[in-house]
Amino acid sequence: MIKFTNVFKAFPKGGLALKDVSFHIAKGEFAFLTGHSGAGKSTVLKLVYAEEAVTSGEVRVSGFNVAEISPRDVPKLRRRLGIVFQDFRLLEDRTAEENVAFALEVTGARRTTISARVMRVLTQVGLAVKAQAYPRELSGGEQQRVAIARALVNEPTVLLADEPTGNLDERATRGVFQLLRDINASGTAVVMATHDLDLVRQAPYRVIELQEGALVYDSAVDEAQDPAAAT
Amino acid sequence: MRLVMREALLVFRRAPLLSALSVTTIAFSLFVVGLFGLVAVNLERALRDVAERVEIVAYLLPGTPIETVTLGVQDIVAFPEVQSATYVTEDEALARARGELVEFRDVLRELERNPLPASIEIKLKPTARDADHVNDVAERLTGFGFVDDVRFGRDWVEKLDRLRQIAAAVGLVVGTAFAIVAIIIIGTTIRMAVLQRSREIAIMRLVGATDGFIRRPFLLQGAIKGMLGGVVAVGFSFAAYELINRWLIQAAFFSREQALAIVGFGTLIGLLGSATSVGRHLRRV
Repeated sequence: MIKFTNVFKAFPKGGLALKDVSFHIAKGEFAFLTGHSGAGKSTVLKLVYAEEAVTSGEVRVSGFNVAEISPRDVPKLRRRLGIVFQDFRLLEDRTAEENVAFALEVTGARRTTISARVMRVLTQVGLAVKAQAYPRELSGGEQQRVAIARALVNEPTVLLADEPTGNLDERATRGVFQLLRDINASGTAVVMATHDLDLVRQAPYRVIELQEGALVYDSAVDEAQDPAAAT
Repeated sequence: MRLVMREALLVFRRAPLLSALSVTTIAFSLFVVGLFGLVAVNLERALRDVAERVEIVAYLLPGTPIETVTLGVQDIVAFPEVQSATYVTEDEALARARGELVEFRDVLRELERNPLPASIEIKLKPTARDADHVNDVAERLTGFGFVDDVRFGRDWVEKLDRLRQIAAAVGLVVGTAFAIVAIIIIGTTIRMAVLQRSREIAIMRLVGATDGFIRRPFLLQGAIKGMLGGVVAVGFSFAAYELINRWLIQAAFFSREQALAIVGFGTLIGLLGSATSVGRHLRRV
């Protein structure tokens, strides 16, 4: 599903953002990406959705060789992924429904398909009643749910979440996390970057820890006590 | 296509102030171009009217038989530069002189013999009304055996030539300068509109929009703004023309084609401005 092999990423101004990172996340898996800020969590995600280019090494994401992807294929790759951010990234001048529909419109989907699927995902994230609300009329937790609905509407195989609870209070954090778990339970792989260790401890999921760009811990490998598999 | 249209028009509803501002900016830039165009159009027309008077007169030897003259006129009309050639008899010349030179009427009446020679008056085609062609034709006329003398305002034709050259050069330089300034201002305005929506563009890309999908509404929007700006500019120019006409001088307005050209110019700049600024933006992010 997502496979990093000896991935290096250099900062544009020198230095390495990622040093020899290798891991494999399987279909339907839930994995935490942890580490301090600046450890390289966001960089890993950006490489997955081809926002940044790999310096060396191989990145494969659901059939795409992302290290050598052509600009034409980037939109195709992104339509297979759902991406959620700490700052929600909703369009302020569109309602919740329009924000979600937008992700389908760019794929050229038919109008009737769009409205049906939009209502379904909004129901799934528990916001069907606020479909006509603008982002400014929603709480942080609700905005993040709209963002998650937008990420889900294309029925992605992987949901990438970059600090999705970073801007939320505890209650909203719990709600959003539970929603991500539910999504995972229905078969979508979830990769969640976070530095909230309480959250990580709550769930029995795989943990991949980065430190200064290097992968220092991978529960799938280290707990199996098979260091050879790390490479 | 309907989606592109909707997205393009949504901007006018969502950011009416900025849209109005860019249309106004485009309109004023094009208005300046339009004003200059009005000056150019009227100057050109004035010069054309003056050039209309370029005429060559070939005076004939006394006693030239009418048959010879008729053949000569036919030859002259066949010159590629010549529009028309008119035979003026001695009597006609005298009658005309009596009509035009009122102060000398008494003198002219008392003449026993008509002192005026017969002549052929030659008008040139519009494209041949410059010093070179005039000299050329005059030279050929002196070759006719029955022609006594050839007259045309040599100094005057040469001055007219100079004036035309200056007008053309000034028109080209100033017109180009104005057009470039308009292009820069309009380009900047459109770029602002694109930058204002850079967040939106970034989000569109994240959810998998192709560059073409992102670009199309911007292009349409730029073209619409440019077109509206052009229409407003023509409106302003017309108002200016009305004022000039009423208070200053009799002037001419653009032909329909010229007015359409201004609107087309605005549309084109709007389109190209959007294409370059969106393109640059997409390549950078």
